[in-house]
Amino acid sequence: MITENKHTYLSPKSNKSFSTIKLTEMHTCKWILWSMLSPLFLLMCYQSHAQVENDGVMMKKKQWCNGATYMYSGWDHYWEGKLNRDNQNIGRFTSQSVVYMTNYGITDNLNVLASLPYVWTNMTAGTLHGLHGFQDVSLAVKWKPLSFAVANGKLSLFAVGGFSTPVTNYVIDFLPLSIGLGSTNLSGRITADYQHGIFYATASGAYVWRSNVKLDRTSYYDTQLHLTNEVKMPDMINFNLNIGIRKKYLVAEALLENMTTLGGFDIRRNDGPFVSNKMNSTYVGVHVKYTLPFFTHIELVGGGSYTIAGRNAGQAIMFHAGAYYIFKL
Amino acid sequence: MDNHKFPDMKKIGWLLFFTVVALVLIPIACKKSITDKTANIPALVSGNPDLNAGTWKPVLLFRADTFPVATPAATNTPGYIADLNEIKGYQHNLTSDQKEKIKYWAAGGVLRWNEIMRELVAKYNLPPYQNADGTYPIPSAANPFAYPLFPFANPPYAARAYAYISAAQYDALVSCWFYKTKYNRAAPYKVDSSVQAIGINKSDLPAYPSEAAVLAGVTVEMMKLFFPDEIANIQQKLQEQELAAIISGTAARSDISAGEALGRQVAQQFVARGRTDNAGKAVGTPADWANFETAAIAKGEIPWLSLELPKRNPMLPFFGNVKPFLFDSLTAVSLLPAPPPSTHSDQMKKETDEVYNYIKNPDRNQIKIVQFWADGVGTYTPPGHWDAIAAEDFIKMNLSEVRWARNMALLNMALMDAAIICWKTKYYYFNPRPTQMNPSIKTLTGLPNFPSYISGHSTFSGAAAELLSFLVPENAAKYQAMAKEASLSRIIGGLHYPSDCSVGLEVGKNVGDYAVQRAQADGGN
Repeated sequence: MITENKHTYLSPKSNKSFSTIKLTEMHTCKWILWSMLSPLFLLMCYQSHAQVENDGVMMKKKQWCNGATYMYSGWDHYWEGKLNRDNQNIGRFTSQSVVYMTNYGITDNLNVLASLPYVWTNMTAGTLHGLHGFQDVSLAVKWKPLSFAVANGKLSLFAVGGFSTPVTNYVIDFLPLSIGLGSTNLSGRITADYQHGIFYATASGAYVWRSNVKLDRTSYYDTQLHLTNEVKMPDMINFNLNIGIRKKYLVAEALLENMTTLGGFDIRRNDGPFVSNKMNSTYVGVHVKYTLPFFTHIELVGGGSYTIAGRNAGQAIMFHAGAYYIFKL
Repeated sequence: MDNHKFPDMKKIGWLLFFTVVALVLIPIACKKSITDKTANIPALVSGNPDLNAGTWKPVLLFRADTFPVATPAATNTPGYIADLNEIKGYQHNLTSDQKEKIKYWAAGGVLRWNEIMRELVAKYNLPPYQNADGTYPIPSAANPFAYPLFPFANPPYAARAYAYISAAQYDALVSCWFYKTKYNRAAPYKVDSSVQAIGINKSDLPAYPSEAAVLAGVTVEMMKLFFPDEIANIQQKLQEQELAAIISGTAARSDISAGEALGRQVAQQFVARGRTDNAGKAVGTPADWANFETAAIAKGEIPWLSLELPKRNPMLPFFGNVKPFLFDSLTAVSLLPAPPPSTHSDQMKKETDEVYNYIKNPDRNQIKIVQFWADGVGTYTPPGHWDAIAAEDFIKMNLSEVRWARNMALLNMALMDAAIICWKTKYYYFNPRPTQMNPSIKTLTGLPNFPSYISGHSTFSGAAAELLSFLVPENAAKYQAMAKEASLSRIIGGLHYPSDCSVGLEVGKNVGDYAVQRAQADGGN
């Protein structure tokens, strides 16, 4: 059961009023980390998914979280179909981004979230040109309809509706160096969070509907020749399981996450990747959030993960670090 | 706080409701199916059935009647009446799949076979993965199903495949038209009023031998040479096309058998030429590859180096020795351009800097142009792209099948001969790519594994635009603009120096002029 730790601090702008923030409600900032991490494994790069809001906490009413996270993803092996290989003409592929995120509590049980990454891609070998630019804006509404006591703990259920769409007309047909896949996505997610003392477990699943995308060319071959620039994008599903501890200033967890493309096709032998490939990935990782005890407006986050299985995806190692500021309006 | 509340059934209800709405409505509201540009084009209407096409000049056939076609049976004989009954049987129980097949093929056999060729080129346009020792396996026609699959349908290979198949289709249809007018046997829907014309436009074109079957027969035979892995699939397409012609009431079984046999015979002439046109020797040996380097160094120039890792053998270095369709080997030599700027010259440095300045901070429109014309690995290559451009315009022109075949043959012979001259030039000068001269030049599409001078895209595009401007004069300005953009795309993509492209366009235009000369004299103009 969550202990409602009350912590008093001096408001940064005023010394006459004291604000009270329930620390345990501040974890929500980390949602964006998963929203960026989930697609990180994808062969090309990562793409922001607004829907991947999969933690088990909410911003309290009128709390407003703002901040940025730096993210790194790199691989020198990838799965060509199911075959794990390297590529001397890629060397090491890296994708870095800085993501702005914000999260506002409309009520204790209803939050709105938004994020926007700026992405840089690069390869250490070969002749191909790296790219950079603003990627997809993500918007999500997170709702906690239910929370009740179960077996000495507390079980909460969450529903999240997400939307994401590119903010620039970046090229999508230059994988893995394209900064995103260009589809407009809608997603629905259900999350269950169980807390017992300081221990908790969160399980979450989402369905991501992806719009068709358009190439700069007039035809393409996937498993057949298409005489159109329009590509049908297969939908995706995402599952994750997080287990960890929530303490007064510290949240630490281990995570297991999977993304599966419902359809799509395999990269052929020695062919390049394509937007509608079957991009699957499973990875494990850790994530830590620390709230400054002497100034609880500020949260610091960090973590890393490693791809343990994949298909048409990079065998990426990823890490992230960020800082967030929480206003109480 | 609601920490200790029991589940609220109303909220669970809403949760379920939203889930169901999202899962059901979103996929319905946002339909994902995509449609090919030519999926729903109407059946071919020949404004002019080109009844004199039997007199047009073939490419390889000595005469239109080199291969005999027997006199058909009269339409009142029992054999032909059985043919009509077969059609009536099909038409009586027409399935929706049969209707779809009729619709597909009625749009034009030359068009559909060209699309199928483009698909096969895209499918087989993959460079082989390296051996453990860092060399590369060479696809073998003798063992086409083993990795690496045969062929590697790279641009020169593709140009040659398109040209042979298109030229063979043209010769076969010229012969077909010769016999059509000679025997003048009408289509089943004209002979018997109880046979319907389904999904096709009626015309006065005689039915014997069937042009659909001639096309199917000639193409299947040619494909055996170029795409041996695909014989089974292609054979199935042949059956589809022939059955569509029968069910639609266009051709009787006997029209089909005579046509298919004629097509297969005509193909043999092209297959025989293809086996001895030097393409089989285009790969060369490691000693040959080293000689190019030595020769360039001896001339005091920096030789081209493969920038792939491991270093890949240069693409078809002796393709320049392939026998052209439009001119003889002496003319081929006369079409070679003057040398590129010396690799040590100020001009070369200036052009390298120019490419670097383009590529340093590419904008989106620049990337778009590069991508539009990239036509690299896994695509139908630049010749296929020009076929697609031409086909889109030919569709609007209500051409007869035989004129479709003539236009495509002229275009693809121009493209193949452009490839020959371009490849001859590339390996004669063995000039390095911009990225070799300045490694900070990063490219916006894959860097091809062959020397720089002259640009293949430019040569192909110059040749295609020249010929198409002659065939469709009202679009001349469009074709010239497209050729220029295709050429420019290689500079702003970081793949070529400006001089590679300007000279490439010029050489291409000169090759294209030979196709124009042929078009002016083949009787079809």
